[in-house]
Amino acid sequence: MRPSDPLVELRNITKTYAGPMSRFKRRTLRAVDGISLTIRQGETLGLVGESGCGKSTTGQISARLIAPSGGRLIYRGEDITDAGDGARSRALRRRIQYVFQDPYASLNPRFTIGRLLGEPLAIHRMAGRKERHARVAEMLETIGLDASHARRYPHELSGGQRQRIGIARALILNPEFVVLDEPVSALDVSVQAQILNLLRKLQRDFALTYLFISHDLNVIYYMSDRVAVMYLGKIVETADVDTLYSRPLHPYTQALMSFVPSDDLRPKREKIILRGDLPNPLDIPAGCPFQTRCAHVHGRCLAEAPELKEAGPGHSVSCHLYS
Amino acid sequence: MRGMRNHSLALGTLFVSILFAIMLISLVYTPHPPNEMNVRERLQAPSARHLLGTDNFGRDVLSRVMFGSQTAFQVGAVSVAIGLAGGFLIGTLAGYAGRWIDELLMRAMDALLAFPGILLALLLVSVTKPSLFQTMVAIGILAIPSFARVIRAGVMQHKEADYVKAARGLGAGNANLIFVQIVPNIASAIVTTAALNFSTAILIEAALSYLGLGVQPPDPSWGRMLNEAQSYLTKSPWFALAPGVMITLSVLGFNLLGDGLRDLRDKSN
Amino acid sequence: MGMTEEAAIGADTPLLDIRDLRIQFRRGSGPPLPVLDGVSLTVNRGETVGIVGESGSGKSVLSLSILGLLPGGMHIGGGEIWYDGRHPLHRMSGREIRALRGKEIAMIFQDPMSSLNPGLAVGDQVTETLRLHLGYSRREAKEHAIRLLRKVGLPRPESLFGEYPHQLSGGMRQRVMIAIAVSCNPGLLIADEPTTALDVTIQAQILDLMRTIREEDGTSILLISHDISVIADMCDRVLVMYAGQILESGTIDDVFERPLHPYTAGLLRSIPTPAKKNSPLDSIEGRVPAPHERSAGCPFASRCPHAVERCRTEMPELVAYRGNHAARCFLAETEGAHRHAAV
Repeated sequence: MRPSDPLVELRNITKTYAGPMSRFKRRTLRAVDGISLTIRQGETLGLVGESGCGKSTTGQISARLIAPSGGRLIYRGEDITDAGDGARSRALRRRIQYVFQDPYASLNPRFTIGRLLGEPLAIHRMAGRKERHARVAEMLETIGLDASHARRYPHELSGGQRQRIGIARALILNPEFVVLDEPVSALDVSVQAQILNLLRKLQRDFALTYLFISHDLNVIYYMSDRVAVMYLGKIVETADVDTLYSRPLHPYTQALMSFVPSDDLRPKREKIILRGDLPNPLDIPAGCPFQTRCAHVHGRCLAEAPELKEAGPGHSVSCHLYS
Repeated sequence: MRGMRNHSLALGTLFVSILFAIMLISLVYTPHPPNEMNVRERLQAPSARHLLGTDNFGRDVLSRVMFGSQTAFQVGAVSVAIGLAGGFLIGTLAGYAGRWIDELLMRAMDALLAFPGILLALLLVSVTKPSLFQTMVAIGILAIPSFARVIRAGVMQHKEADYVKAARGLGAGNANLIFVQIVPNIASAIVTTAALNFSTAILIEAALSYLGLGVQPPDPSWGRMLNEAQSYLTKSPWFALAPGVMITLSVLGFNLLGDGLRDLRDKSN
Repeated sequence: MGMTEEAAIGADTPLLDIRDLRIQFRRGSGPPLPVLDGVSLTVNRGETVGIVGESGSGKSVLSLSILGLLPGGMHIGGGEIWYDGRHPLHRMSGREIRALRGKEIAMIFQDPMSSLNPGLAVGDQVTETLRLHLGYSRREAKEHAIRLLRKVGLPRPESLFGEYPHQLSGGMRQRVMIAIAVSCNPGLLIADEPTTALDVTIQAQILDLMRTIREEDGTSILLISHDISVIADMCDRVLVMYAGQILESGTIDDVFERPLHPYTAGLLRSIPTPAKKNSPLDSIEGRVPAPHERSAGCPFASRCPHAVERCRTEMPELVAYRGNHAARCFLAETEGAHRHAAV
């Protein structure tokens, strides 16, 4: 891999699910509809969108928890889409990790914390028992918990502590690339700040690359270098974070950004209130997916789906207004 | 224990422990040899020498009842083991693989469950010469569907849990996912089913032996003692009472234990 | 504070007047646990008051207690709740409270899917309230209901009338909830986390709707949320709750720009606003104590960077400083209202 190559690349990834039958026709759910992303080493790419936009699915595909229906997944210049389940897959699992949103459900309730953290090492046969113990103790300290927590069970810890364990478990194999799926959404604001600080510190200390998925615009701004906005399975805009938040081009992004509070916590005066609802992912209309709510919709939008095109340096947008 | 209002668990544990103790003692000591016949002392009422009296062959009832507990536990343990092994195999396969394998296996289990237990056991033991071994195998087969159902339900429920996804994401293989991740989470359900099946096993064995199709003489069995005692019910009731009470206590004990364990698990959920 | 039996009813009587409310949770063994520990607040006519707090603060319990909807095991252990100066909600019978629910005081909840009856058509749920409280006939109620559904911004209200909750999206269900809530033109609307389960673009629509209703009908609103920006956007005054107590109260400007209490300041500092991008966030150490972990003294003492010995043993009073900006903190007392906890 050349230094200028991206670490992770998604090329035209799609994921479809068979939906319920409707009048003798099986509708398909296009959770992810042809998205392409690049993530450079050491950066944090924020992926933002509302429910049903497919960001979680994208995250799980990037971390190889789900197989895509189409498209290629490239890691360090190598195509890993069909890595399967064998030795090559296991090697990849050491490099690419995933942190779940729900700190309650993602830890086996029957395991002690020590066992939960040591498990990745055991599965990959990377350390004997004594060494595992030492690594676990070291990791607990790194995430700000006491080594005595190794003897406790998940239900004895608070939400914030559980999330730290989830993060620690992902990091104990020394991965390069970590997908974080709404890691702070389930937490109170004061605990959220602790976790965000921890994530930034770990990124610096361990030279990690993050794909950070969230619906919270403030958190995305704080954590990301670049941001991609998703709507109904498609990427509608990508840019570096300052440009996206100050000069959004896509009407959807503009609406989202109008809700970001300024520093005195009051939203900016000119809030853009979209009309209509989030459309059903089973019934995505032909043409641009945003047509049902866009204030600038015109004829071409109904007929033709726009492509993601570059509108400025490092700034791409998928909208007929700009092509 | 503070706050322990789980009467089922307490009583069940008590009964089962007493029975277990009796069984252990009988392995090394009984007041009289259980099979020793003494026609002159037949059908005696309970006395100092024979605490529960003697049967129609002059054998000490207490000793026979104690010895019979060995059969009960043996049948219970082995048939539960067979049921658990078979049920685990089928339940895990059905729950984990899903789709047509699940359909196929569960229809087979439904078919097995459709037969009344005793009839099926009769069928199985009557095609070969009745013996202790046949009895255990037959009852074991009968126990498979209930284990299979419980295990399948547990596996299906936990298979999609985030913590299993997390383990898979860490590189764990299917074997690890089933045995290391999921099984500890369904263990208490399995134990409850085992306790309840134990009591069913004892009951079915007693019924089979009563009909002469289970354990054969001279091996003692409560069921067969009931059969032998039938004719003497009015003159020597203790002869029938002893094994009858033992059967009742055993079945009650294991049922209460099973219920108590289920309540314990529900509460902790 | 005096416990008057009946307040003088005047034009400036607060619409909602809660005085020193205590709510307890009865356990199987041991003394009852305090859930709310002496909470007082007022909502005046036409005002929108916000309650902000994290989990375990008791804010939801507070809202439920107003309409007598406390879950089993919890009961009012002291204090008073007055509506419009003449309804003592804290000691009214079930029947009397039911007459007020939906008619004078209405409530909307976080999750419209569980608050709407999944087995009844949407229209029927709206007409139910109208017929119960206002005695409309079936036809009148249906007409009125369709007007209401249109008023809350639902498309095709005539056909929506016959649909079921599961056929609607989250935003639409919340609009139905609001339609039911405002159907009898209540004086007070209690909204408990009304937008928390919604996406941000839908959230904006719902808040906008609530603003419209407030302007058109003059409804007073008690808005409960953990999201400070929602409170800042909608409310005139705010109360900050923590572990069953009010730690600070005042106007939005006072509390959010010049907070007096270290907890409020800490909370504001934790929010990742754009200006804080390049430095670590100031977070509050530790976590909220559970009801059985509360001890004497200030509930925030264990996490407060400014706590002294007195804070751990003695409970500070809620003291009003300049113009109704109140805080429950010894530090604020000693330094007076001149101190602003640095944001």
